Amino acid sequence: MASLFQRRDLAFRIGTGAVASCLVLLVVAIGFELARQSSLSISKFGLSFWINDIWDPVSGEFGARPFIWGTLYSSVVALLLAGPIALGIAIFLSELCPARLRQPLTFLTELLAAIPSIVYGLWGIYVLVPIVRSFEAALPAPLKALPFFAGPAVGVGMLAAVLILAVMVIPFSASVAREVLKAVPLSQREAAYALGATKWEAIQAALFYARTGIMGAIMLGFGRALGETMAVTMVIGNNPKISLSLLAPQYTMAAVLANEFTEAADELYLDALIEVGLVLFIITLAVNVGSRLLIWNMNRPAKARKPVVAAAPVGEAA
Amino acid sequence: MNWDTVRRVRSTAVVWLSGLAVVLALLPLAMILFFVVSRGVMSLNLAFFTHMPTPVGEAGGGMANSIAGTLMLIVMGALFAVPVGVISGVYAAEFAGTRLATMVQFAADTLNGVPSIVIGVFVYGVAVLPFKQFSALAGGIALGVMMIPIITRTTEELVKLVPMSLREGALALGATRARATMSVVLPAAAPGIITGIVLALARIAGETAPLLFTAFNNRFFSTSLTQPISSLTVQVFTYAISPYEDWHRQAWAGALVLVALVLSCSVLARLATRRLERLQTGQ
Repeated sequence: MASLFQRRDLAFRIGTGAVASCLVLLVVAIGFELARQSSLSISKFGLSFWINDIWDPVSGEFGARPFIWGTLYSSVVALLLAGPIALGIAIFLSELCPARLRQPLTFLTELLAAIPSIVYGLWGIYVLVPIVRSFEAALPAPLKALPFFAGPAVGVGMLAAVLILAVMVIPFSASVAREVLKAVPLSQREAAYALGATKWEAIQAALFYARTGIMGAIMLGFGRALGETMAVTMVIGNNPKISLSLLAPQYTMAAVLANEFTEAADELYLDALIEVGLVLFIITLAVNVGSRLLIWNMNRPAKARKPVVAAAPVGEAA
Repeated sequence: MNWDTVRRVRSTAVVWLSGLAVVLALLPLAMILFFVVSRGVMSLNLAFFTHMPTPVGEAGGGMANSIAGTLMLIVMGALFAVPVGVISGVYAAEFAGTRLATMVQFAADTLNGVPSIVIGVFVYGVAVLPFKQFSALAGGIALGVMMIPIITRTTEELVKLVPMSLREGALALGATRARATMSVVLPAAAPGIITGIVLALARIAGETAPLLFTAFNNRFFSTSLTQPISSLTVQVFTYAISPYEDWHRQAWAGALVLVALVLSCSVLARLATRRLERLQTGQ
């Protein structure tokens, strides 16, 4: 009887486990397939693909650096804008918000994540870009002298992309940061208050406790920004030219895939585009794994630190 | 000013600043909703749902084929993703702590973070290139790959929420672990899981990037699995970047339909979970 029991449970475990392994296989398969499909470009350009500036389908010369630059630059600047705001939202919703407002406000901030990317893009082209253009045109001359604001005010370009990315990334970072803050033991704040801390000082104590998790939350937002496609494609200007200027039209890895993939006439062109996808996959994978490790690490200290606190009861049990 | 006043002022400033952050995030939300509704309502009419796209230059027409296409793609994606996602989620919850379960959780999070356009490229390689043909099936697979990690994580969380006493009750009556899971734990978690799946479907319905080179687009009505198929999102994209005023209007109408779909599902799912919570605490 017992053996029948065990056999059935084993079958259950193996059956569900086999299906679950599909997820692991899928991640591996994506990496493998991208590498296999881009073999032509990998073997022809090698590592120079990552650092070459020229993207010329006509002469068959492909380098991904303008796209890598565009992706990283837009995501970093977007995070500089979105990070503090997301953190502010997390602090407000988890520490300061009146109880009655908490649920509706949380719901509203999360709605930002529910709006489809294509809708952001549409809004970006017809509403945001004109606003950005008049803002750029109104920039004072001393600012225009800086490399960050050089060039004509065209509207489409890095600045519009950065703004849209920041809005899109906020809900992701904010919701993870909120959860991380929620995981901080109440005793941390109580201890601060007991020492006479103000609200902000108590929050600082909680923030310090949660620092790795908050880093993880911001990095998770960074990962989102790296891979965002439609909205960025529609407002960034699609020009494969590296520039520090926020006013310049630039290009990202995701955008070049969205725009040129179906137009790639010859095999080398297609392989080079797939290799851009591979590069994007590798970068987002690294960022995501990093952020998950930080968040998991944050959730673990509660367990890891227990022995220190539980040192006294050990004697009791013995 | 003494130090205590400085600290108190600083603290109040932070309270206001963090409140300001919420306002800053909700401002674009309000703006987007305002423009989508005001511009979308102007161009939304019955023809939008029942008519086919007209040729360039001819006014009117609708997105009947795209709406049907989106529904078909979503259903196909769900057919792939729901079984895999639910079973994986059950495994990750029931055998939590084992090495494979941890790997599955990690893979789900990783997959969730893979850019949707990269999933499009991947599916292009496995389901388009070998047949030299964009197809509805490829689009369905791409959407399915995007749904799997979401459904896995939702199922896992909800199965873990089922009270241990229910499971123990079944085991005490002599059920195998498999039986306890299938007949007691899963039914208890089912309403929540279904809510989660509906929410996942609504979100995936708004995806464009994975469809660009898998399902592609189609000017005509199609239900064939092996032919390219239109979808609301790709059609909105095509219209949005076109130079025609009439197409822009249609794009706003399409955006309104998409937003209405996603938002109504979010609100319904939220109401449903709140009722579930009340039922559970009432027990």
